[in-house]
Amino acid sequence: MPPRRSLARGARPVVGFGVIVLLILVAWEGAKWLAGDPWRYESFLGTGISIDHRPPFRLVPVNDINLPHVWSIVEEFASVDARGTTTLAVLVGAGLFTLRNAAVGFAIGAVVGLTLAIIIVHVRFLERSLVPLLVVSQTIPIIAIAPLIVIGLRADWLGVAAVTSYLTFFPVTIAAIRGLRAFDPRAHELLTSYAADRRTVLWKLRLPSSTAYLFTAFKIAATGSIVGAIVGELPSGMSQGLARQILTGMQYYTLGPSYLWAAIVIASALGIGAFVLVTLVERWVLRDARPAESGAEA
Amino acid sequence: MTDTVTDRAGRPASGPVVELVDTSKVFGGSAGPVEALNRINLSIGRGEFVSLIGPSGCGKSTLLRIVGDLISASDGMVTVNGKSARQARLDRDYGMVFQAPVLFDWRTVRQNVELPLEILRRPKAEREAKARDMLELVELGTFGGHRPWQLSGGMQQRVAIARALALDPAILLMDEPFGALDEMTRERMNLELLRIWDRTGTTVIFVTHSIPEAVFLSTRVVVMSARPGRITDLIEVDLPRDRNVETREMERYFELVTRVREALRSGEGAPADPTEAARVRAEGLSA
Repeated sequence: MPPRRSLARGARPVVGFGVIVLLILVAWEGAKWLAGDPWRYESFLGTGISIDHRPPFRLVPVNDINLPHVWSIVEEFASVDARGTTTLAVLVGAGLFTLRNAAVGFAIGAVVGLTLAIIIVHVRFLERSLVPLLVVSQTIPIIAIAPLIVIGLRADWLGVAAVTSYLTFFPVTIAAIRGLRAFDPRAHELLTSYAADRRTVLWKLRLPSSTAYLFTAFKIAATGSIVGAIVGELPSGMSQGLARQILTGMQYYTLGPSYLWAAIVIASALGIGAFVLVTLVERWVLRDARPAESGAEA
Repeated sequence: MTDTVTDRAGRPASGPVVELVDTSKVFGGSAGPVEALNRINLSIGRGEFVSLIGPSGCGKSTLLRIVGDLISASDGMVTVNGKSARQARLDRDYGMVFQAPVLFDWRTVRQNVELPLEILRRPKAEREAKARDMLELVELGTFGGHRPWQLSGGMQQRVAIARALALDPAILLMDEPFGALDEMTRERMNLELLRIWDRTGTTVIFVTHSIPEAVFLSTRVVVMSARPGRITDLIEVDLPRDRNVETREMERYFELVTRVREALRSGEGAPADPTEAARVRAEGLSA
């Protein structure tokens, strides 16, 4: 039954991901069991089981301040603030706001990055003169220029998107330069025999041949765009995004570390979501591509 | 179909389609210049089927590329349809077929055939009709919706031929198009190519390293030798125009195969072997 088999095949990575997350959680709590703060529960997670465990060792990195219990973070999601909203709802709302900024920034970064690459592959001397400058642009810490862009441009979504695109265009440019040159030289000869102009070569040969490179870059850029949006939101003073929630979590960390961890979980989920979204688009775009097992002949 | 080919380029009815005068090609390299072609003189008339045959490195592919303006000659004159090779390329007078089909994986078979028409910005309806006709011509009418990688090597090469013919080219340039195919497929493709040539009336320049193939297909065989590449012999193939499987068993066919083989040998400076004719004959029968 082919449909069932393909379903199992589709489920396999999800199951694998779950198993790895579970292993990390086991290691997390295992470390706390061995070297964390004492475990004292009258009724552990409402099960009625009482626990009084003194870990044999003491390590600062795994105490309750630095590495809260997994269930403390889960409880944090469920806890309700003064206005009656759960932390989960607050963080998801902030996450969606940040995601929108990230998406705009990603789109700008992808377009700018691809445009730069197209210019560079067509104007030879630019590769040696412009690319080093682009590399320099990435050595400047984004946190240092974010206020410049956000305050200097506009302290709203546009500024945040600009910071995000600053972080996302680079992998796209570098991969696209490579991808736009990855065409079959014989195919180029064929187009030359038809006296095709450079624009035709770009649209009919260079861009279609570069899809594998482009989507790899888009995946890197999509994940990076979440970080970019958060960094961009910091100096803008925006209160709706994840940056403000992370800031709050940092300020109250010694009182309740779970809040920051909860924000980190949401930020990671956004990153994974962005990555998966690009992967799905890639699969749709390349749905008719030659299956890998049939190989590349001649 | 012959008429449309002739009318399209609007060239004089007489005179050669391709004319090479003292054409030479020198490739510069770090190890010093290499003379690939030495003073080639060749004139090809309308509707001819000319094969270029010779050992590896004799410059037959280079010669084809110079005619097609994919590389330029170092010296001499190349005239195509009474104009420069470059102008002929810009006028889309050429159809190219390489040893590999060079089909675009991201396009369907039909879209691959439409490619040259798209480049010329022909209307969609015209493109589709032409692609359908060309696929019919190479007997792949029902495979338009397939992806190239779903087809066998021989079928892919037929798609490449259909694509090359889509613009009604005045000249079809073929660079060992069947070199990668097995013997059976190659012979079938030879017959198919002759049928297409007969129907379109296009001029064909065909690079090959197979003597039987050159003789079977051509009206004229150009024998070349290496270092430097030059033409050592021109052999008229006076077999009847209407060729089929029986042609390969004709006495005259074997004589011509032997002649080409001897010309190739003398080009290399080796003495002709008296038993050669018998050997070729045996080979021809088994092929």
